[in-house]
Amino acid sequence: MPTVSKGDGMRGLAVFISDIRNCKSKEAEVKRINKELANIRSKFKGDKALDGYSKKKYVCKLLFIFLLGHDIDFGHMEAVNLLSSNKYTEKQIGYLFISVLVNSNSDLIRLINNAIKNDLASRNPTFMNLALHCIANVGSREMAEAQKQICFLTWICSCFQGVVTAATSLITTLAQKSPDDFKTSVCLAVARLSRIVTSASLDLQDYTYYFVAAPWLSVKLLRLLQCYPPPEDAALRSRLTECLETILNKAQEPPKSKKVQHSNAKNAVLFEAIALIIHHDSEPNLLVRACNQLGHFLQHRETNLRYLALESMCTLASSEFSHEAVKTHIETVINALKTERDVSVRQRAVDLLYAMCDRSNSKQIVAEMLSYLETADYSIREEIVLKVAILAEKYAVDYTWYVDTILNLIRIAGDYVSEEVWYRVIQIVINQDDVQGYAAKTVFEALQAPACHENLVKVGGYILGEFGNLIAGDPRSSPLVQFNLLHSKFHLCSVPTRALLLSAYIKFINLFPEVKGTIQDVLRSDSQLRNADVELQQRAVEYLRLSCIASTDILVSKNSAKRASSPSLGFNDALNLNSTPSSGASLLVDVFTDLSNPAPTEGSDEHFTRFVCKNNGVIYENQLLQIGLKSEYRQNLGRIYVFYGNKTSTQFLSFSTSVTSNDLLTPQLNVQVKPVDPLIEAGAQLQQILNIECVSDFSEAPVLNIQFRYGGTLQNITVKLPVMLNKFFQPTEMTSQDFFQRWKQLGAPQQEVQKIFKAKNQMDTDVAKAKLLGFGVALLDGVDPNPANFVGAGIIHTKTTQVGCLLRLEPNTQAQMYRLTLRTSKESVSQRLCELLSEQF
Amino acid sequence: MEIRFILIQNRAGKTRLAKWYMQFDDDEKQKLIEEVHAVVTVRDAKHTNFVEFRNFKIIYRRYAGLYFCICVDVTDNNLAYLEAIHNFVEVYTVVDEMFLAGEIRETSQTKVLKQLLMLQSLE
Repeated sequence: MPTVSKGDGMRGLAVFISDIRNCKSKEAEVKRINKELANIRSKFKGDKALDGYSKKKYVCKLLFIFLLGHDIDFGHMEAVNLLSSNKYTEKQIGYLFISVLVNSNSDLIRLINNAIKNDLASRNPTFMNLALHCIANVGSREMAEAQKQICFLTWICSCFQGVVTAATSLITTLAQKSPDDFKTSVCLAVARLSRIVTSASLDLQDYTYYFVAAPWLSVKLLRLLQCYPPPEDAALRSRLTECLETILNKAQEPPKSKKVQHSNAKNAVLFEAIALIIHHDSEPNLLVRACNQLGHFLQHRETNLRYLALESMCTLASSEFSHEAVKTHIETVINALKTERDVSVRQRAVDLLYAMCDRSNSKQIVAEMLSYLETADYSIREEIVLKVAILAEKYAVDYTWYVDTILNLIRIAGDYVSEEVWYRVIQIVINQDDVQGYAAKTVFEALQAPACHENLVKVGGYILGEFGNLIAGDPRSSPLVQFNLLHSKFHLCSVPTRALLLSAYIKFINLFPEVKGTIQDVLRSDSQLRNADVELQQRAVEYLRLSCIASTDILVSKNSAKRASSPSLGFNDALNLNSTPSSGASLLVDVFTDLSNPAPTEGSDEHFTRFVCKNNGVIYENQLLQIGLKSEYRQNLGRIYVFYGNKTSTQFLSFSTSVTSNDLLTPQLNVQVKPVDPLIEAGAQLQQILNIECVSDFSEAPVLNIQFRYGGTLQNITVKLPVMLNKFFQPTEMTSQDFFQRWKQLGAPQQEVQKIFKAKNQMDTDVAKAKLLGFGVALLDGVDPNPANFVGAGIIHTKTTQVGCLLRLEPNTQAQMYRLTLRTSKESVSQRLCELLSEQF
Repeated sequence: MEIRFILIQNRAGKTRLAKWYMQFDDDEKQKLIEEVHAVVTVRDAKHTNFVEFRNFKIIYRRYAGLYFCICVDVTDNNLAYLEAIHNFVEVYTVVDEMFLAGEIRETSQTKVLKQLLMLQSLE
């Protein structure tokens, strides 16, 4: 706000302001303001034209009222009129008003733009400043187009340094947005820069700052030039090169002043010039000179300069012309890493080491970065870990060094080693045969440490599971020792890690028959079989079952892991792994091929029975096609992932599937099929999702129909879809008391179904337990007085009702027979469940 | 190449001058002021005059009990802004020429200007 000095008057304004200030209440203030607004309105509407002074006074008052917080909806016209006054103070108030109270009326904007244009062309520096100030502060979209042109014209013809400085910033911003429009500015910028840089000390006196000619304008011009590539015109290019060389020369001359202001100003221009040289990346001579200059600064006593030098050199390192020159400073940079007190300077040193790393110095640089990591700030650790991992992979000559580096990373900064990093090391170990033994040995030794990071356990678990056999010969790392080592960490780990360890255990069972018993005991223990986490329980149960029935020929896990794609050097691949180590439906499907019962051909129901107590596996296989599935159920809903694997070397065309249910089943069970691609490539696998809803209890099964064209012939396959009533079981824990109470309640004849049958398989308590759990009930201990008997409870969820179910299974080992009793509130449910379960034993 | 804001604070964190060139709410402004103060007052001579701050950077200089801070883009020229601060401070020495110990010292404008020129040439 302008000062109210005695020369200027505007006493009326001063009086008005003091009136407001003296108001005792808000109402009084509002009243006074409204009175004034009415007054001003009448004056503006009045017959006689107001003189400039009065207009100025009233516009000023309106502005004040607005700033107090009241809305103003008139006065813009008068303010715009003030713009065309010749008096500075009147113009000033006009500009002030329109800057603060922006109005989108296009007529007004046109008038404003005209006024601005006139002021800019006026050659009166104060007027030009006012106009530029307005453009800078208002800059609305409607004004933009006009402003662009205005500014450019000003810039070209202005001889006023201050104006040019301000305008250059605007031009730069505009050039960034639409470079083509402002191409001609390059030529002018170079011309001006050249004039400044080569000026004798007497020119530009006002703008010489501590013996440096127009430093801020020089910086801005250099900035502007960075919006464009090097000039195509040879003459212009050489003029610019000359400029830059002059700037570099000045840096090497003895300083004209001892004051830090002089050197800062000089160096500000120097650093911006270097930035331009790097941006152009076209003059080797300039790049090398820049690098040398920065090299001197690396050891300057001022921290600022060391910091800026490290920062600039980082960008220089990526240019092929200067990369070698940058490398010569490696010792200085390493020293900076160790001795700098300011953490941001150390960070620049890390960035520079990363940028200058290549095959010749990678080992040294990675070693330095690792030792820095040990004491680094927590906020920057993750970044350093990632950088080290990338460098180690990119420049590994032999992968043993790579493995060591990553394990070191995990040891030093385990928390900051993200999943991509340790997935990657496993992927590489899997695909590099010659480093597998070394990896197993190193990981084994690393796990001996009393406190291991969980990521090390994950990596160790996976590697020992896959390649533990390579070190099993040595008694110090025998299979049992390996297993005990892993298992000692088990209880310290989170659920995902434990899941991974369980997978490692089943691999051990496969690799080392001698530890099968020990591991089975572990799997069998209650903490596994009854684990609260569904994933762990499922794995324990399934692995235990697998270990009991499978032969030692299952080396599937090895094969599927080997299918991992070969590693490429980019780190982005880590995110698109084809086989992530821990889970993956494809892995599970193959592992669960029940070799003792080969997958059935069409028409057989045997596969169906196998799926009563389990949710994943292969349900059909012939020479062409393998169908596996993975299912999950929740209350009365289920989801099945069906995997169709093309086993041939020819595409399957016109592939289509459908699910059909007979008339009885259709209202009882909803099956929604998601559409699939009609094409399956050779050797590829297609996934389809089926959503199931149990509406009411059912006894039939839906049928999956598959059709496709293979080598000209049409194939037709039908498979019974293993969806049974017990899938919708929810296990229910209850006390012995509750159980017997309910058992009595369900005593009506239609509610109970009993069956006595001969055992088909060997009678084994654990296996029976696992089956019952797989069936979906909760096993209740201590309910049946005979400990050999099994008692279970659960609820069948359908859309319409929920049916409570109780069961009792009594084995007679001598007679090799069982008696199964089922009691539920619905006869059909009791029937069906009994039917299903009796087939399992 | 833009200045986001300029702050002059004393060691205790009281704001002497704040000029904002970007849209911030009042409570955002207050938060920024507190953060800048926290960041800048813990640094000493061994540190650089540049600090990374959110996704900008702050260029600052301490003159006796006052911290002059300019917040700019990460790509801006540090030394140029550092000297801009100094330039600004020099202009403010006008105040010292006119007022001393709370009393008006010199009121002749010509004399003040002459004195300033002399000081400048002294180096």
